[in-house]
Amino acid sequence: MSLDGGGTPRMTRLNSMKPSERMKIPRQQPLEQDATERSTNFLEVSLGFDTDRSVIEASRCLECKETQCTDGCPVGIDIKSFIQLVLQKDYVGAVNKIREANYLPAICGRVCPQESQCESLCVLGKKLTPVAIGKLERFVADYEMKNNLFQSPHIQDHHKEMVAIVGSGPAGLTCAAELAKIGYQVTIFEALHAVGGVLRYGIPEFRLPKEILDLETERIRALGVQIYTNFVVGRTATVGELFDEWGFSAMFLATGAGTPTFMGIPGESLSGVYSANEFLTRVNLMGAYKFPEYDTPVRLGKHVAVIGGGNTAMDAVRTSRRLGAEKAYLIYRRSKEEMPAREEEIHHAEEEGIEFLLLTNPVRILGDERNCVSGIECQKMELGEPDDTGRRKPVPVKGSEFVLEVETVIEAIGQKPNPIIQSTTPGLDTGKRGTVSVNEKQATSRPGVFAGGDLARGGATVILAMRDGKTAASEIAGYLRSRNGDSSGAK
Amino acid sequence: MFPIVQKTSLAPTITKYVIQAPFVARKRKAGNFVMIRVDEHGERIPLTLADSDPAAGTITLIVQALGKTTKHLSSKEAGDTILDVVGPLGTPTPIELHGTVVCIGGGVGTAELYPIARALKNAGNVIHTVIGARSKDLVILEQEMLGCSDAVYVTTDDGSYGRKGFVTDQLKDLLGSIGPVHAVYAIGPLPMMKAVSTVTKISGVKTYVSLNTIMVDGTGMCGGCRVNIGGQMKFACVDGPEFDGHLVDFDELMMRNRSYLEMERQSEARWHQCRLTGEVRPA
Repeated sequence: MSLDGGGTPRMTRLNSMKPSERMKIPRQQPLEQDATERSTNFLEVSLGFDTDRSVIEASRCLECKETQCTDGCPVGIDIKSFIQLVLQKDYVGAVNKIREANYLPAICGRVCPQESQCESLCVLGKKLTPVAIGKLERFVADYEMKNNLFQSPHIQDHHKEMVAIVGSGPAGLTCAAELAKIGYQVTIFEALHAVGGVLRYGIPEFRLPKEILDLETERIRALGVQIYTNFVVGRTATVGELFDEWGFSAMFLATGAGTPTFMGIPGESLSGVYSANEFLTRVNLMGAYKFPEYDTPVRLGKHVAVIGGGNTAMDAVRTSRRLGAEKAYLIYRRSKEEMPAREEEIHHAEEEGIEFLLLTNPVRILGDERNCVSGIECQKMELGEPDDTGRRKPVPVKGSEFVLEVETVIEAIGQKPNPIIQSTTPGLDTGKRGTVSVNEKQATSRPGVFAGGDLARGGATVILAMRDGKTAASEIAGYLRSRNGDSSGAK
Repeated sequence: MFPIVQKTSLAPTITKYVIQAPFVARKRKAGNFVMIRVDEHGERIPLTLADSDPAAGTITLIVQALGKTTKHLSSKEAGDTILDVVGPLGTPTPIELHGTVVCIGGGVGTAELYPIARALKNAGNVIHTVIGARSKDLVILEQEMLGCSDAVYVTTDDGSYGRKGFVTDQLKDLLGSIGPVHAVYAIGPLPMMKAVSTVTKISGVKTYVSLNTIMVDGTGMCGGCRVNIGGQMKFACVDGPEFDGHLVDFDELMMRNRSYLEMERQSEARWHQCRLTGEVRPA
């Protein structure tokens, strides 16, 4: 294999170093808040790269001709080009290059699972360590923010059609930005009092500061997008009414997967048992970590058990730690290898003193005479034959039951879509687990209505939701053009 | 921002607010509720809609000042605003022609019962209304209820007005005196709804109750409002708030509703302190 990327002509290279020299540079490590210190505050864990580290890291890029990194990006960011701009210290040029494909770089630079996407395909990673693409993305976005260098893109076309976006999470925000950029009149309807969906109520401050989310949102408003908060589509107005009475021509449904599921074990109604959604919403959206300055309380004992192995479970257990839990357990029925959470989050959780109880399954929550949680009974598991997901199925070990003394139990075992829209919209086909059915164009069974993100997927990542939002935007534009009799854009 | 258009005191601690919220007003049905947040630091709380005027774009809330948030709300005057109002939420009350219906309101629950009684009356039912309160000064909406009922009975715990006793005393008499009763709607404190459901279970009369639970978002997201209905977990905010009274596990719900008692007291004490010292936080 040719290390210089398959014989790219020398003249297109910006980096004067030979590939062999570049490969000697170690992957740069971001600055991080000390683990002991950060487990008592809600400030951001990773402090990201500074300019020096960014330029060094950018110089590691081999500038391959075949940009596999871009193939690994769900929204197709031109990664090589933006890294070349970093190398030239044109950070604003770099962030604008990203923004061509992704309107929320400061968010994706923080929460995207780069290790399983772009970075997993980086040629450098085959023998060494991949370029820290995510940290570079975050750096250029932060640089632009800190230096107040953002300029709203010039909108050339103007269309009279109005498009409604339902839900202001990553899918909705992306779809809104993409449609507004090409001149459509876009209105977002958000059920909660604040914008962002899961980015607001779900992802904690220490992973995604709300200030960043607010700024990214302001940039979407700057495109002329109107946002109604406190508006529950299906209740405040139905999908049908938005078309017939409000005059929208098309709609993108992106209400996420916000309904929590419970294990169905005894004791779930005890005081001190939370869904991760409720726990995180109290803390992130309602500011319960600042109680009593903020009115919303959260009940947290000294010993907390979080059930689950995904990113939501990591967020909940690390939040518990920050709220003062002396013992914060993470109970997961499979082994660490099967955990769906990001490596970085698992690693951070371990550093913060979270105790992982793996191959452990809760069977019953115990309560005291005041109906408050006093413990959780678990059984040990062992891995058996692979199940239909290909992961080895955990089976209980007989006689292995034990009781863990805890005062708080948080269940983070998955969410499903909120049923309000599905139940109030005739002609909208739904699939398994309450998702809205879509085709490859994100179109639903109802003409003019598109859907995406977790509402259609049932529980995935921020970036896949954004990809759906982007696809839907271009399909909605095609749909509106074809409705106007212009077949050029219609597919 | 949602302006308070009118504020009227109905009884000590019980206030009626008419609030500008045109989208909610257009869609409100009997049994719906809204979530409100008074200011930036405030909690989201559910409040049942007592009425609405779609033409004027207003909704009516009747609220008893009991905790921090409702007391904070009661410090607001006409012309002031509430930061957030979202709704109408919940599944509306199914309004059917049952025949003879007994509507029972306990305390401020009478305000939640009123739109339901009115809708049931309009659907052609014969309505016998029972209003229960601790004492005379806490009896609300008697005139309004007279306007949509065939008969209204008042009970007070202390006997200061109407019959001395509980709503269940009146209910038992009605079940034995007015011929067949086809349905009972009871809204009030949980112990009252539990007592009513116990009485009607014996005679097998279908009984609807409206549950007040812990709630954060009110749209099915948090699961804090989960209730045990006939052994199944339901969310009061989307599956309810009305349920078959004979299937509700009231004891479990009453225990759950005490989860934050201590913190609510702390929050309220702090608020009073701030008011006394003049350090009312900015709205």
